[in-house]
Amino acid sequence: MSIWEYANPKKFIETAGRILPVLLPLAMGFLLIGLVWGFFFTPEDYKQGATVKIMFLHVPAAMMAINAWGMMLVASLIWIIRRHHVSALAARAAAPVGLTFTLIALVTGALWGQPMWGTWWEWDPRLTSFLILLLFYLGYIALWQAVENPDTAADLTGLLCVVGSVFALLSRYAVKFWNQGLHQDSTILKVGEKDPLDPAYYWPLIFCLIGIVLLFLALVLIGTVTEIRLRRLAVIEARERQEA
Amino acid sequence: MIALLIRDLRLALRAGGGFGLGLAFFLLVAVLVPLGVGPEGTTLAKIAPGVLWVGALLACLLSLDRIFALDFEDGTLDLLATAPIPLEGVVAIKAFAHWLVTGLPLVLAAPVLGVLLHLPQAGYGWLVLSLLLGTPGLSAIGAFGAALTVGLKRGGLLLSLLVLPLYVPTLIFGAEVVKRGAAGMAVEVPLLLLAGITLGAQAALPFASALALRINLR
Repeated sequence: MSIWEYANPKKFIETAGRILPVLLPLAMGFLLIGLVWGFFFTPEDYKQGATVKIMFLHVPAAMMAINAWGMMLVASLIWIIRRHHVSALAARAAAPVGLTFTLIALVTGALWGQPMWGTWWEWDPRLTSFLILLLFYLGYIALWQAVENPDTAADLTGLLCVVGSVFALLSRYAVKFWNQGLHQDSTILKVGEKDPLDPAYYWPLIFCLIGIVLLFLALVLIGTVTEIRLRRLAVIEARERQEA
Repeated sequence: MIALLIRDLRLALRAGGGFGLGLAFFLLVAVLVPLGVGPEGTTLAKIAPGVLWVGALLACLLSLDRIFALDFEDGTLDLLATAPIPLEGVVAIKAFAHWLVTGLPLVLAAPVLGVLLHLPQAGYGWLVLSLLLGTPGLSAIGAFGAALTVGLKRGGLLLSLLVLPLYVPTLIFGAEVVKRGAAGMAVEVPLLLLAGITLGAQAALPFASALALRINLR
């Protein structure tokens, strides 16, 4: 019994079919509890008022936007090294999800920034890096769609993901160098330090974070199963055309 | 390899090879920006470093698809891939040839366009130096993008979408060097980082590009 057994598409679909009915409601439950708790049962911030509650959507989306790219990088490396098709398809399935999370983070950030900083957009390092991340996602997805042969597409996008990761990291530090920030640092892991996140916000935020991780997993599983089925369909169609 | 370099240069310099197209584009950018922004010298001087770097970047982008596309179409690339010299070397040489016909003219033309944009006196040396250090990196990164999209019918637009995000660090450090230089500040840090990115791209990316070419030739 090793983890590579799940690289078998048949086994993967079976397992995903068993996990999903549990995973999806669990993700929705965590998100629902976290968001309702966060939006309606936490006090308002003394400086930011009710706008602080945008955090419960903004922070988890931003976190997953970055982690989704990390997952794509790992999946691409597994594809390049071990040639498991499921891995390449999982990377493909994760890209639109990551793109959506990036967009959510940018839009909620703009909505939050308008009342707080007095501007929808600021060329702050964090904001700019997210905009660049968005471009990387767009390029990755576009390359998947442009190449016809699925194996060639998987190889090329995998390569792009690896090289892109290096340049994304470089851009992150280049952008930091280029402009000083307006955006505050992360405070989730600062419990016990100076200026921590208020305990009243802590648990609802944790619920939202767990919920969004589970949601991401569920969406990627669904997407991967769909990609596998699409691939099978294409093979069946090609075979029928040949026989006809 | 030297024969390959000479061949690529000859093909580019021959009529219809597209030589000078990038240069003309660079000139157009430097003319169009003042027309759009207005003729005030102080405004232009302020944005000159950024405009010149963005212009150089876009001019570089313009001719990227020619690095491999023609050779891919007529089958030369298949021969090169099976030739005794490693494909990584072929890629590096082709990127170098691209730089010689695109990047180097840009470097030489940049000071003239700097005059058009009222670049401050102190900035000229740094402009030339930063472009000299940065454009070989642009060619190497661009060759990777061209290798990824070589088999595609309408790869041009996709190529820009793939390559431009990769150009971000080079652009930031390059423009920063000129900006600081023009303002008389210390430029060592961005200059070193710019050189580092170019050297890293020159050293590592030919391998990735060659891999992409092999995938596309399969």
